[in-house]
This record gives sequence, structure tokens and C-alpha cells, in this order.
Amino acid sequence: MIPTSHYLFLSLGLFTVGVIGVVTRRNVIIILMSIELMLNAVNINLVAFSRLVGSAEGHVFAIFIITDAAAEAAVGLGIIIAFFRNRETLLGDEMDLLKW
Amino acid sequence: MHSLIDFLLTYWVQLVCAVIIVAVLPLVAGYIVLMERKVMADMQARLGPMRVGPHGLLQPIADALKLLIKEDIIPDEADKAIFWVAPLISVTAGMLAMSTLAIGPWFQIADLNIGLLFIVGISALGIFGIVLGGWSSNSHYSLLGALRSAAQLVSYETAAGMAIVGALMLAGTLSTREIIATQNDYGVWFVFAAPVGFFIYVVASIAETNRAPFDLPEAESELVAGYMTEYSGFRWALYFLAEYTNMVVVASIATTLFLGGWLRPFAGTRAFNFLDFLPSVLLLGVAGYCFYRAPKQPVKIQKMVLAAVGAMIILVALILAAPLLAPAGSFVASMKAGLHGAFWFLLKVGLYIYLFMWLRFTFPRYRFDQLMRLGWQFLIPLSIVNVMGIGVALVLHRHFGWSHWTAFPLTTILTLAVAGLLAAAGEKQEKTHAIVGEEA
Amino acid sequence: MLDQIVFYFFAALAVISAVLVVTRRNIVQSAIFLITALLATAGIFLQLHAEFLFIVQVILYAGGIMVLFVFVIMLINLDVSLHQVQFNRQWWLGLVLALALGAQLTVAIAVGRSGLPLGEPAPATMLEPSTELVGKVLFSEYMLPFEIASILLLVAMIGAVVMAKKKV
Repeated sequence: MIPTSHYLFLSLGLFTVGVIGVVTRRNVIIILMSIELMLNAVNINLVAFSRLVGSAEGHVFAIFIITDAAAEAAVGLGIIIAFFRNRETLLGDEMDLLKW
Repeated sequence: MHSLIDFLLTYWVQLVCAVIIVAVLPLVAGYIVLMERKVMADMQARLGPMRVGPHGLLQPIADALKLLIKEDIIPDEADKAIFWVAPLISVTAGMLAMSTLAIGPWFQIADLNIGLLFIVGISALGIFGIVLGGWSSNSHYSLLGALRSAAQLVSYETAAGMAIVGALMLAGTLSTREIIATQNDYGVWFVFAAPVGFFIYVVASIAETNRAPFDLPEAESELVAGYMTEYSGFRWALYFLAEYTNMVVVASIATTLFLGGWLRPFAGTRAFNFLDFLPSVLLLGVAGYCFYRAPKQPVKIQKMVLAAVGAMIILVALILAAPLLAPAGSFVASMKAGLHGAFWFLLKVGLYIYLFMWLRFTFPRYRFDQLMRLGWQFLIPLSIVNVMGIGVALVLHRHFGWSHWTAFPLTTILTLAVAGLLAAAGEKQEKTHAIVGEEA
Repeated sequence: MLDQIVFYFFAALAVISAVLVVTRRNIVQSAIFLITALLATAGIFLQLHAEFLFIVQVILYAGGIMVLFVFVIMLINLDVSLHQVQFNRQWWLGLVLALALGAQLTVAIAVGRSGLPLGEPAPATMLEPSTELVGKVLFSEYMLPFEIASILLLVAMIGAVVMAKKKV
């Protein structure tokens, strides 16, 4: 039997890697993918707790998070395509049109 | 070590089934190719492969040998690791999807709680093999083929998924075994309860397997060979195997969901019990044809091979007939369910694949924008209406006490009316489109 | 025993591929490793007896969202981006802060696990027909959030179409 804390540590590891990806990489698509990693880490937590408590509510929340990730990916990739069409670049730190 | 032996003892049936599937599937794919060439030849008034073996019966083996010893070329500029692994992804996805199929009541690797979704989901992963293979070849034809394939698959997966949802609502379960059991209880296959859903699934599954008339990802006249352009030898053979595995998988899904799986036609009616003899009679007929053709072969060895094939078919026919002739209650009689179930399942799968071939040699290829319009503006709305129609029929049946015979035809007619409206709207749009001209 | 092997295998696979996602230079390779990480997570869901979530993860995440990602990457793949600097200027600060966050959470879990009942999970059979159970909870208690999620998807769909249109 695997103690629940091991799932928490796993999810923590994935989450931290995701955060590192978001704050250090320049490529927008990789930043989006790191966000997916973070959402995924949260899902592991929810399902592990769901198993611990013995109710399906964690699964339901995980499904909502996956829905959310789908919406986020669609809009995010739409923005990336629009941005790429205008500026010919994928680098996050060149997204500075609103910066004065 | 001890736990390993325990594991083997518990799961040996599943392991044997898995080994059989992995071992036999390439052979089956090869013979589907042969059948396809023969059917094509017949429809075009030719003979097809005739040289290797009697009537070309050994052609698949010769082809496989040729592919295995061909030079394996990896383009210089290719991303080697991805190029290497991409065909494997496709094949693995196809074969994994076979694992929850129930080929007859006896032959199934795992009966999962999520059975049908598992097949659909895992076979959907095969797209990565195509996309990554196309990308890693570093060739324009490959990349265009891969992009087309991805767009096509994502579009038509939605329609196919909704068609499956309609049939799942009727079944009320996801386990392949229980879906077939429900069709037995209803006394009618779901193709008759939801004909529109079946139609949607047929069209969408042709598009999903990249076959004509929707074979744009590998359209020879435009893209050489699409995503497989840079592949040769064994890796190319793997892609080919994946494609035919996927055909078998979609045919099996359609058989399980809509065509009653391993059930005999009129499985519940005693008056039709004589149909139990149909498999043996059918096979005896085929064997008779083999014997009739055998003396006419040009070479002696070909005569012998064809006669041997005939003898083997007779043997199978006898095995299928044995449970019917044996006294009831004996061990041989108890094998009827497994043997006949497998026969009917495979027969239905074969007929579905034959339908694919028929369509392939009949229709001209679609243009890409036509393909997308058909998917998004006709099939997906229609599939949603189909789900709603089945829902209405189920409510009418369960809560208002209507009989099956009124509720389902009524909603089917309504769905067909919507289909007519959609088709008319699409026609109108196509006309205005033709006048305005393509945007880009 | 089998349980442990499965869990630690998938956990290691998930973490290693996650690290590769954020360190690879080539975006396509990153995407491939993200797919691996997501499939490994799906394996962990299976190990947690969440079959339905496993297949949702495979179909939606790996089969849907990631196909979208790969598709977009191939549409706008730039060879120049391979030769650019991959990390931004404050990467060391970000790394330190992220690691600090990770350390904090590690301490929190390590300290908190004695306080919370994190020991023995409920028996697996309580969640048995996973699909049915999730369906019942989803369509009774969480009906309203479900509808809101569908509206969210609709909004996202329209938003994506508007964003990706040629001329706004």
C-alpha cells in the first residue's frame, strides 16, 4: 500500500517543475505546456485524496480541471497564433506591446 | 519469483490471447491487403495477383519478405530518434486497442469497466505516430500529409464519438461484453434502433482510418505518399500494419456496437435456429470452390496447395459443425458459444471491411475543404441531433410507455428530416461559395 | 508489490519527462515528453482505481489537447528558435523562487502528514464502478458547475476562433 503522502510528493515535484518552466523559459508554447503540467499535478492530488476519503468528488473536480485545461489550451494557442502572425516570434519576453 | 508464477497462473488465458493477437495480426493485415487487391481487380474486371501461389494466395508472405529485406533509409536531415519511434507508436496504439475487444464470448484479453472508451481513446493515440513521423522526416510532403491527417482525425473523432454515445445510451454500459448482451436482450441490433448513428460512424470511421474517398493525408496525386513519403522497408511496413490494424479496430467497434457483436442473426428466435448451420455450409461451399479450381491450376505444386487450402477449410467447417451434431450437454456441444461467436464476429468484421473496400473503389477523392465541410457542418450537427433523438426515444419508451416500434422509428424519421435540412443548407452554401470563390 | 512497482515506475516516468519538458531546446521534443508525462499520470490514475479518469486523461489530454499543441507547433515551427537563448534574463531568480516554493511545500507536507489522516486509504472497492459513480456525482450534486463548464468551453471555442481569424 502506498501512503497518500507519496502521491502528494509526486504532485509537488511535477508542480515545482511546472513553475520552473513558467518562470524561466522564453518560449510561449513551452510556458503553456508547463501550465498543463501544473494542472496535471493538481489532478494527481485530487484523485489521491478522493481515494483516501473514498468518494468520487475528487474525480469530478479533476474532470472540471481537464475541461478547463482544454479551454485554456484552445484560447492560449489561438493567442499564440495571432501573436505569431503579427510579430513573427514565439518569445514571451518580446510580448511587450503594452509595456511602455 | 513466486509472485511471477502466481501472476502467470492467474492470467495465462489473457497472456495467450495477447500473444495470439500480436502474432496473428500481421498475417491478417497481409491477407486483408490481398483481399483488397482481389476485390479491386474484380471491380475493375482484372484478375489481380495470380503468380505467387494459386490465385495469389501466398502473395502477402512474398510481400512481407520483400519489405523485410529492403534497404532501410533514414533521411539525413531527419530527426532520427523520432523518425525511428513514430511507426512504433502507431502500431502499439492499434494493437493495444485490440485488447478489450471481445471476439466471441471466449476470446477477450480484458473485460474493462471502461471497455469501449478504452478502445476509442487508445486508438486515438495512433495519430501521434502519423504526425511525428511526418514532422521528423523533414520533408514538405510528409509534413503536409501529417497536418492533414491530424486535422482530419480531430474533426471526425468528434462525429464518431457522438455516434458511439448514441449507441452507448441504448446499451447503458461501456463494457463490450455487456453491450452485446443488451443487444441480445433487446432482440434487435442497435443498427436498426439507431440507423443514423451507424451511418455517421461508417463515414467517420473511413475518415479516421485515412481511407478513400477521404485518403487526403496520403493522396498520391498531391502528396506522393503523405506522411509515409520518406519511409521505406520495415518501418513503412509498420505504418501499413498500423493502418490495417486500425481498420480492424474500427470494424470491430462497429460490429460490437451496432451489428450485434458475436450474435447470430435472429439470435433469440428459435425458428431461425437452422442459421447455426450456415457457417459450416458457407465454408463447405468455399472448400468446394477450391477443389473445383484445383485441377485447373497450371503447376502441380499449385494444385496441391489449393487442395490443401480446401482441406483446411473443410476441417474448420467440421469443427464448427461438431458442437451442433454432438449430443446436448456434452463437452463438445458446450463449445458452440465460443466457436460460433468468433465466426459471426469475424464474418461481420470482414463484411464491414468489404464495405470499406467497396466505397474506396466507387467514390472519387474529396477535396480538403469539402472534407472539412462534410465533417463540421453535416456530420457533427447530425450526430448531436442523433444523440438527442435517441434520448427522446428512450424517454418516450421508459417514462411514457411507448413501445420500441413506435418510439425509435419516429425519432429516426425526425433525425433524417434534420439531415435533409442540413444537406440542403450545405448545398446552398456550396453554391454561394462557388460564386464568391475560395477565400484562400 | 505490483502496486508499488507500478506507482514508482509511473511516478519516475512522470517526473523525468516533466523535467525534460522544461529543459529541451526543441519544442516538438518537449511536446513528446509532455505526452509521456500525461500518460504516466494516466497510469497513476489507473493505479488509484480511477478508470474513468484514466480514459478521460488519455482521450482529452493526450488525444485532444496535445494533438492541438503538436498541430500548432508544426504550423508555426521556427528553425530560428532552436538557436535562440532558451531561458529569460531572470531565470536564476525564478529558479530560486520556484525551488523555495517547492521546499516550503515539501516541509508543509512532511510536517502535516502526521496531523492529517494521510495513512491508510479507504478500501478500493468503495470506488468500484468508477464510471457510474462519477456520472452520478457529476449529474446530481455538480449539475450547475457542469453546465457552467460547458459554457466555458463554448466561450473558449468562440474566443479561439476570433483570435485565430486572419484580420480582426
